[in-house]
Amino acid sequence: MSSTQTPAAEETAAGGRINPPENKFTSWLSHLLADLGKNGIFLALLAVILFFTVVTDGILLRPQNISNLIVQNGYILVLAIGMVMIIIAGHIDLSVGSVAAFVGACSGVFAVSWGLPWWLAIIMSLAIGALVGMWQGFWIAYVGIPAFIVTLAGMLIFRGLALVVLGNANIGSFPTEYRALGNGFLNNVFGDLDLDPLTLIVAAVAVVALIVGQFRTRSGRAKYGQEVEPIVWFVAKLVLITVAIGFFAYALASYKGIPVTLIVLAVLVLIYGVIMNRSVFGRHVYAIGGNRHAAELSGIKTRKTDFLLFVNMGVLAALAGLIFTARLNLAGPKAGDGFELEAISAAFIGGAAVQGGVGTIGGAIIGGLIIGVLNNGMSILGLGIEWQQAVKGLVLLLAVAFDVFNKRRSGGK
Amino acid sequence: MTTNILEMRSITKTFPGVKALSDVTLDVGRGTVHAICGENGAGKSTLMKVLSGVYPHGTYTGDIVFEDEVVEFKDIRDSEAKGIVIIHQELALSPYLSIAENIFLNNEQKGGLGLIDWNKTNHEAATLLARVGLKENPTTKIMDIGVGKQQLVEIAKALSKRVKLLILDEPTAALNDEDSDHLLDLILHLKEQGITSIIISHKLNEIKKVADTVTVIRDGQTIETIQKTDVTEERIIKDMVGRDLEHRYPDHTPNIGEEIFRVEDWTAHHPQDPTRVVVDKVNINVRAGEIVGIAGLMGAGRTEFAMSVFGHSYGSRISGKAFMRGQEIKTRTVSEAIGNGLAYATEDRKHYGLNLLEDIKRNIALASLDKLSSKGLVNDNEEYKVANGYRKSMNIKAPTVMAKTSKLSGGNQQKVVLSKWIYSDPDVLILDEPTRGIDVGAKYEIYAIINELAAQGKGVVVISSELPELLGICDRIYALSEGRITGQLPIEEANPESLLKLMTMEKPR
Repeated sequence: MSSTQTPAAEETAAGGRINPPENKFTSWLSHLLADLGKNGIFLALLAVILFFTVVTDGILLRPQNISNLIVQNGYILVLAIGMVMIIIAGHIDLSVGSVAAFVGACSGVFAVSWGLPWWLAIIMSLAIGALVGMWQGFWIAYVGIPAFIVTLAGMLIFRGLALVVLGNANIGSFPTEYRALGNGFLNNVFGDLDLDPLTLIVAAVAVVALIVGQFRTRSGRAKYGQEVEPIVWFVAKLVLITVAIGFFAYALASYKGIPVTLIVLAVLVLIYGVIMNRSVFGRHVYAIGGNRHAAELSGIKTRKTDFLLFVNMGVLAALAGLIFTARLNLAGPKAGDGFELEAISAAFIGGAAVQGGVGTIGGAIIGGLIIGVLNNGMSILGLGIEWQQAVKGLVLLLAVAFDVFNKRRSGGK
Repeated sequence: MTTNILEMRSITKTFPGVKALSDVTLDVGRGTVHAICGENGAGKSTLMKVLSGVYPHGTYTGDIVFEDEVVEFKDIRDSEAKGIVIIHQELALSPYLSIAENIFLNNEQKGGLGLIDWNKTNHEAATLLARVGLKENPTTKIMDIGVGKQQLVEIAKALSKRVKLLILDEPTAALNDEDSDHLLDLILHLKEQGITSIIISHKLNEIKKVADTVTVIRDGQTIETIQKTDVTEERIIKDMVGRDLEHRYPDHTPNIGEEIFRVEDWTAHHPQDPTRVVVDKVNINVRAGEIVGIAGLMGAGRTEFAMSVFGHSYGSRISGKAFMRGQEIKTRTVSEAIGNGLAYATEDRKHYGLNLLEDIKRNIALASLDKLSSKGLVNDNEEYKVANGYRKSMNIKAPTVMAKTSKLSGGNQQKVVLSKWIYSDPDVLILDEPTRGIDVGAKYEIYAIINELAAQGKGVVVISSELPELLGICDRIYALSEGRITGQLPIEEANPESLLKLMTMEKPR
C-alpha cells in the first residue's frame, strides 16, 4: 500500500506543510520503487549480463556473441511462451522436448526423404504439432487426467515415435530456405556494408512504434481518469529502452544483420503479448488459473480453453523443433533433450506461480534470456556441462525462493 | 458424586468483534442423551469446540466440570484422554485407508519392535464394528462404504478411545432415513451401556425420539433446558427464534409485476451417488420486482437447487423445466444460463466467487467480457471505467479498482461479486447467503442493493440460513426441507414459527 501514490498525496494535502517539489520527488521515488519491485526480474537479467560481461572481459557483449545468444536460445524462448500460458492456467507440459524432436524428425522426412517443398514441409510439421496438442489436450481437458501424467506419457510416446520416424538414423542436408529458420539472417538488401542499414532501419521503426504505442496507451488511460506514472519517469523508461534497442541493433548490424529466428520470436512475442494482455481468451486463462470454480461459474468454457492451450503448445513445440533442426541442419534422436525443463525454468524464473493464475509472456522471455545468458556466459568461461547444470538449477531455486520471500513480505497470504 | 457427568458453568467465548457465547450453562446427566438445538450460527458448534478443547483453556472464561473435576483442556487430545469424543459433521476419515486403519489412526495397535500388529488391529476393529452393528470387513476401504456406515465407523473409533461422553454434530444431516434410524437406535443402545451422548440437531422428530433433555441456544445464550416430558415442537421453535426484528432492514415498497422466472419439477441427484435425490421436484416462481426467499436448514438442498439450475453446476440426472417470461429456457451450461438472463452469486465467495489473485476490475468484468471487447480484444479502459463506476455506486471500499480482491473485507468482496453479476445484466439474480460473514453495516448496504435490483424490475431469489434476514427483506418465502418445497408464505403470513415448521417438515414415511 505504501508504494502507491494516492495515500502519500492525500497525506500531503491534509498536512499541507510539505512543499510541492518534495511531494513530486517522493511520488517519483515511490514510482521508481514500485517499478523496481515489478521489474525485479529485469534487473536480475541486467545483473547476470553485467556479471558475465565483466568475467568474460566483454566477450559476452561482442556483436557475434549477441547474435549467437538469440539464435542459440530461440527455441527455448518459443517454448517458454507456450509454457508460461500452460502454467498460468495451472497445468504443466513435460512433453515439449520430445514433441520438438518428433516434429523435427517428421520435417526431415518431409523435406529431405520425400523432397517436398520447404514451405509445405513446414506447414505439415506445424499441423502435426497441432495434432499432438489435440491428443494431449483431449486427455487433459475432456477426460480429466492431470496434465502432469498426460504429458509425462507424451514425453515417452513422442520420444519413441521420433526414433521410429528416424529409423535409427539421422536425417540431414535440409533445403537452404528451411535452414534459414535457424541460421538465416535478413541483411544486405542495400549491398554488403560494414553496418547493415536494414537492421538499423527496422530497429528505428520498432523504437518509433514503441514510443507512439506507449504514448497512446498513456493518453488513453489519462482520458479515462486512471492514474498514470509521472511523465519524467515515463520518458526516462522510454529513453532507457531506446538505448537498449539501439545498442542491440548496432551489435546485430555490425555482425550479420537480423537473425530470422529473432523475427519469428518478435512476431510471437507481439501476438502472444496481446493475447495474454488484451484478449478475452487471455483473461479466461488467468481466470481459470486463479480460481477454476469461479471461472466456471462465470460462464467460462474451461475445458475448451484448456484444450486450446495444449493445441497451441503443440504448435509452438513443433516450431521450436523446426528451428532447432534447421539450426543443426540435422534431425536426430537426441534433439530436444531437456528442452521442457529449460522452458519450465524460464516461466518460473520469469515470475509464474506454480499454483497458476500468475505469470507473463514478458517475464517468461526474460527468464529464458537469463538462462540463455547463463548458458552462453558459462560456455565462454569454459565451464563444463556438469557445472552449468548445477548453476542453472541453483538459479531456478533462488529465483523462486526470492519470489516467495517477496510475496510473504508484502503480506500476500 | 452428582448425577451430572458434565457441567459447563458460565462459558463466555469472544472472537474479535463478536461475542459467540455469553454466559452459557449446560448440565448433562450421566447416562442420558442430551440434545442441543439452535439456529445456524447460534453458537452450538462453538460450545462443543470449547468442550472438546479445539478452543483451549484460556481462550474462554468459565469452568468445565467433567466427572466432578474441573478440567482445562489444552487440545483435543486432552479431552479424548478423559473420554470426551466429538464427531464432526464433516467426517474425519481417510478415504483410502481401511476401516480398521481409520479406527486406530494415531492409536495404532502395536506388537513387538513397535511395528503394527495387523491381526490385533483387525480383530479389535471387528469387535468394535459388532458393537455399533456394522457388518463390514475391517479391511474394507472407507471410500467403498456409504456415508451412513462411515458415521458408524466414527462411532466405533470413539468407542476404541473408551468414550464416556460422545458428542455428535448434526449426525444425520447427510444420511438417508434408514441410516438415520439406525444411527439413532445405536445412540439409544449406547446409552444402555452407560455412554452419555450430546447430539446437536435441529431435526425435531429425531430429538423427540432420542433425547432425554433438550437445551436451546440462541445468539450465544442458553434459553432454557427442557425435560423430555415437556418437549413440544412449538416450545422449541419459539425458543430458537424468539428475537426481535429491529430496524436492521432498509424500507422496501414492493412493486411486483408479471411472473418473470419459473422452475417446474426440478429434480437433481447427488453427483457421486446418482440414486440419492438431493433436489426433489422443486417448483418455484419469481415475479418482476419481487424478492423471493428460500428458507431451509443446512443440508436441505438450497445451494444444490440453485447451482443445478444455474448451468447444471451441481448434481447428476437433472430433470425439470425452466421458463423465462413464459418461454422455456435451457440452462445446461453456465454460459447458456447467463445468456438466458440468470445470475447466481455463490455462498462461498473465496472458493467459487472470486479470483483472489486478480484485482477488482478484472473480477467485475469476468462474466461479461463480451460486452467489453470487440474482435476478441478487451478494451481495458472501458473495463476500468465500468469497474470504477461500480466502486462508487456500490461503495466498495478500496483505493482503486486495481486493488487485489484478496485484500478486501468480506463485505467489500461480496460487493465485487454482486457488481460482477449486476453488470452481466440478468433478469433474475439468485443470491446464495448474500450476507454470510459480513458485518452488520455492510449487511444493510447489501440489503439496499437487493431492494434496488427489485425496484429495477428484476426478480431476486435470496437463499439464507438467517430467518430474520429473509423476513426482513423478502416479499414471499419458500421453505425447503429434504430437497422438497414444503410450502410458501407471503411475507404477511410468514413468521419464524410458521417457517421453521415448514423447514423441519419431514417426508411422509
